Parts: sequence; C-alpha cells; structure tokens
Amino acid sequence: MLILAIDTSAIASAALLNGEGETLAAFATEDTKSHAEVLAPGIQKLLADAGVSGGQIDAIVTGVGPGPFTGLRSGIATARTLAFAWNKPLHGLMSLDAIAVDAALDAWRAGVDEFIVATDARRKEVYWARYRSTGGTAELLDGPHVSSPAEVPGLPAYGAGAGLYPDVLRTVQDFAGAQPTAEALGRTAVVRLVRGLELLPDLPLYLRESDAKVPGPRKRAL
Amino acid sequence: MNRTAPLVLGIESSCDETGVGIVRGDTLLTNAVSSSMEEHVRFGGVIPEIASRAHLDAFVPTLRQALDEAGVTLDEVDAIAVTSGPGLAGALMVGVCAAKALAVATGKPLYAINHLVAHVGVGVLDGGELPENLGALLVSGGHTEILRVGSLTSDVQLLGSTIDDAAGEAYDKVARILGLGYPGGPAIDKLARQGNPKAIRFPRGLTQPKYMGTAEAPGPHRYDWSFSGLKTAVARCVEQYEAAGQELPVADIAASFQDAVVDVITSKAVLACTEQGITNLLLGGGVAANSRLRELTAERCAAAGISLRVPPIRLCTDNGAMVAALGAQIVMAGGQPSGVDFTPDPSQPVTSIHLPAA
Repeated sequence: MLILAIDTSAIASAALLNGEGETLAAFATEDTKSHAEVLAPGIQKLLADAGVSGGQIDAIVTGVGPGPFTGLRSGIATARTLAFAWNKPLHGLMSLDAIAVDAALDAWRAGVDEFIVATDARRKEVYWARYRSTGGTAELLDGPHVSSPAEVPGLPAYGAGAGLYPDVLRTVQDFAGAQPTAEALGRTAVVRLVRGLELLPDLPLYLRESDAKVPGPRKRAL
Repeated sequence: MNRTAPLVLGIESSCDETGVGIVRGDTLLTNAVSSSMEEHVRFGGVIPEIASRAHLDAFVPTLRQALDEAGVTLDEVDAIAVTSGPGLAGALMVGVCAAKALAVATGKPLYAINHLVAHVGVGVLDGGELPENLGALLVSGGHTEILRVGSLTSDVQLLGSTIDDAAGEAYDKVARILGLGYPGGPAIDKLARQGNPKAIRFPRGLTQPKYMGTAEAPGPHRYDWSFSGLKTAVARCVEQYEAAGQELPVADIAASFQDAVVDVITSKAVLACTEQGITNLLLGGGVAANSRLRELTAERCAAAGISLRVPPIRLCTDNGAMVAALGAQIVMAGGQPSGVDFTPDPSQPVTSIHLPAA
C-alpha cells in the first residue's frame, strides 16, 4: 500500500507512506502563509525523490482542518484534483489528529488520561479538541472547536495553539511548537485503513462562517 | 508540445465564477462555468470567502463536465492555463492550487495567465485573429480598464482604469440604494428603458480640465474613471426625494445613473483610442451585456471610425475558455511555461501577460 498524505491546516506538508506506516519521503514548510506556492512543487519533488508515479499510489489522504480558510483550501483543492487526475480514492482526516498521535504517547508516559490538542486559529482564538490516551493511542472525545483559549478545558494542552497561550492553557512545553504534519496524519490514516476503519469525507472543517454581514439600512447624510 | 493547434485546458477562479474551458488553437471546444452568484444575493455583492468556498466545491465537477463535453482526456491535453491574477486572493488560490495539482499529476506544462488580457484573448474564439491597432475596453464588476494591445502575447499596456469602484460595482451599489436587488446591472438596465436618462444630471467623474488636461499635456486622469462619487450622488438624490416626502422616480434615477456611467466610459474610451492610434476596439467583461453600453459604444466608435468587436456574452463574463484561449496563443507564440512554483498575484499588472518560471 502506498499513501500520499497532505495537510495545510497550519503549515504546508505532504508525505508518502507505505502500508507499515513508514515514511518514504516527506516535506514540511516552516511558515503558515505560502501553501499555494510550495505545496505542488513539494509534492512533485516528493514523488521524484521516492521514484513514485501517481499511478502507483493507492489512496490520497488530506487533513480537513480545522485551519485558517485559505491555507486549508490549498491542500484540499490539491488533494481533490490529484485524486481526480489519478482516479484514486480520497479520504479526509481531522488535522488535530496529527498532533494527537504523538501527544497520546507522551500523555501515556506521563500518566495523563485526557488531554487537549490546540492549534492557532488567529484572532486570539484556538482550534482545539479533547482526546483520551488509551495505552498511548489517541481517541477523540470532543471537538474540534474554535474558541478563545479561556474556554478550553483545563487539561494538559499539546500543540502550537497551546504554545501561544501558556498563561491560559496547561501547555506541555515539549509540544509547544507542534504543528499538524502530513507525515503524522498519514500514519494515523494507514492504521485506520489497514484496520478497515472509516475515515472522514474530504469536506473542510471551517468551524467559522464567513465574516460577511447582510447589509443594514442605508446611512444617511441629510 | 504541439505548438500549431495546441489543446489547452483553462481554469478561472478570480471572482465568483469557477470556469474550466478547453480550446484547440483558436477553436472553442467547451466552456463549463459554475457560478456562486446566488449565494451573494443577500449580501448585495460578492463575498470573497463565500466565493472561495464555492470554488473548492465546484472545481472538480466543473473540470469533469468540461472534459466530458469536449470529449477529451487529460492525457490528450497539451498545456494547462490558469488565471494567476488580478482577482480576489482567496479565490485565485483555489484555481491556482488545482491547476498546479493537475500539472503535477499529468506532467503537462502550466501557464499562469493574466485575467484581464484573457478577456481580450477570448476574442480569437469568435472571429479568429485579432486586428492590429487594437484596444480593449473591459467593464465588469471588478474591473474598468482601457488597454492598448500591441501584441496579445507580448505587448499590452494599461491606458486608463477606474481609480475606485468598478463600473459593475457601482451598478450593484446603486441597485441596492434603489432596492432593485443583486446583481444590479441587469435590473438597472431593464428599468432604465422606462425612465428619462436626462431627468437628473449625475456627475461624470474625473472629467474636469484639471484631471483631463489636453492631448499634448494630459492631466493625471485623462483616461481614468471614478464611480464612487456617482454612487454617493445617487444616494443623496434619493434622500432628497425622501426628505421632501415625494415618490421616488426610480426609473428616471436608474436611467440617469446608467446614462452617466455609460457616457463617461464610452467618451473616455473613444478619446483614448483616437489619441493613441487605436482603430479597432474589443469590448469585454460582464458589463458588456449592458444594452446601453453596447449601443453607445457602437455609436461612438462608428462616429470615430473605430471598428468594434464584442464577443458573445458567455465569453465576456468570467470563464475558463478565455484563459485557455490566451494560453493557446502563448503556446503558439513559443512562450515558456510558468512552472508550478509561481505565486498568484491579486494585483497582476496587464504588462505581465503570463508569469515567467520562478
């Protein structure tokens, strides 16, 4: 099995994984604002480095957020188009799961039962979800949500969203800069696909409406 | 690559239309368009985020439709073309990401195309090669420009443009003031036929001597337009009727507003043509559907000895065929692909007809 995973819910990243969940090639950017530029060249290089053609890929997996709108769409638009052009199945995965897969192991080692994963939602808010670590495996209990950090439950919090608000959240320092990556998301996807578990549809989890307001009555000058 | 009559797939997503068109050389094969206009009605104008979400959902179905209608496969395509700007940033990103993904998946060359020049390039699909000494008047919800087109693929110059609202945007805003709904253009055009265009004298923006100057010593805005003051003038006019407790002469206001817009657009466009040696004009953009604009442009061009070409309306509004058409012209002229590293440019100037490889 060969999986191409893509996530642009925060940084832009892509990875090729085999059926054992091993990474054959991966790339990830540092910044969160250049998805439309770097994603396609990144995937092109990834395939070339691994010597893989589109026809050999068995499935494409994309993070469906939550994440800032324009960046999130870059990854989903790319994944949907690749899936169409190569005629391959496309699955979605909640992007916070990418952090949760490593966080669950850390929580288990630390003897923590339930934990939070949070990423930056901008506008002084975070995207977050609540997980349980069952022997080091993450299980989603609640979310994803978008809210001010003050509304997040007071559990140990993993991810770059927690790193931004150390005074409000119970930030786990080793994970204070952690962003969702396609590599981690791909590992989760492989596990689920191998076990025959359901993944998500490829629909973006925006969690917020557009800011547009229906116009009110006309302002008068007279 | 076939550079004689290349099969080019064009993608457009700069505003609220998701378009995928396919051409072979200068022959149109298909023009699939999905619009999110209905979703913007209650806001009275295009909401960028809503348009961007709609692009994401419409893209693959529109692509599939275009390929089916044209009866071609992605394998057969010689090149892919996509609007890289100007346009709404978030909307452009969707088309650009999809186009880049198509290029990566198929290994086909990708051309990043200027949306405005594509509005001119579409002319080749209806009537073949464009004439020399060409100008283009582009009027839409997002644009109002007059261009000099020395060469469709290598020499385009901006002569003038709106310095604030686009003409179509002014129509939308005035329609809202008059309670005529969205989109404003068709509603005002229809109602204006029952009104007196001389009932109210609305201002023609940037026509004072200090802005115009002379042909020898042009002022700062000789070929430019401004429509925001006109919109405000309509609002003040409506308020005066209301304050006086009089019934609003909606048809007269619509007709007088339309007269002001169309008068100033055509007079400045024809002035630019006559002073810049332009003898052939192409009218494009969504507002080319406006009956009065077509009528007066034809009349004034005829009087000035300028030939006028207006593509069919479905090719004037935003679509993918125009992107494919310009892409094909660039391929035929030997232009190099843009690659997949380029950055979409929401304010791409008309001088940048297609982006060079990064």
